[in-house]
Amino acid sequence: MGQLLTGTHNFGTGVVRATTTADTFYAALFLASATINANTTAYTGTVGSSAMAGEVSGTNYTPGGVAISSWNAPTATNSSATAGVAFTTPTASLTYTNVSLTSSFDAVLIFNNTQGSVGNRPAVSVHTFGAQTVTAGTFTLTMPGNSTTTALLRLATT
Amino acid sequence: MAIIFTTKGDMDESLLEKREGVIDNAREHTKWVEYWHENVLVHRSVHVTIKEGAVWAAPELAQFG
Repeated sequence: MGQLLTGTHNFGTGVVRATTTADTFYAALFLASATINANTTAYTGTVGSSAMAGEVSGTNYTPGGVAISSWNAPTATNSSATAGVAFTTPTASLTYTNVSLTSSFDAVLIFNNTQGSVGNRPAVSVHTFGAQTVTAGTFTLTMPGNSTTTALLRLATT
Repeated sequence: MAIIFTTKGDMDESLLEKREGVIDNAREHTKWVEYWHENVLVHRSVHVTIKEGAVWAAPELAQFG
């Protein structure tokens, strides 16, 4: 299953890849009042210029959020002949530095800024936390451990 | 003393009132710190640690072994 996380297999109409390098992913923050969840299929803003509906705004926050610099190499483990987990996690915390986000926010959307098109970038996952605000400060999201039970992204069969 | 970035510019920490808090549950461990000056919030930083990510489970795939 780890090969699924690197796009090795294509069972349908896929995308044309010019290189073998990893795609570029971003992490955007969303207001507590926004409707963003597992049904969110795309980031519909434009990185660096226009926010998606429900995305936070404020001093030093750029639409699209921050780029995720790198991911742990996707790993797969099999617990039996029919069950296993493929997983990966960003290698570093996500940091929004010296921002003022005075409307409470409680979610981060991870999306792929390489695939799709401007204004329609495929969503990867949504992660929620207790609602927060930041005033002339730093918001840091530290990632969970990169394991079969805690990794940020896991693909599992049981 | 440390210098704190605030809504009023960089300020010496000794001039500010510091308030801190922790949220800990199954989903996250969060620490926040606030600095107040003359009863005005001038700095708030938050550090959220996600304890567990998202999982896409596909139990139906198992039958194909």
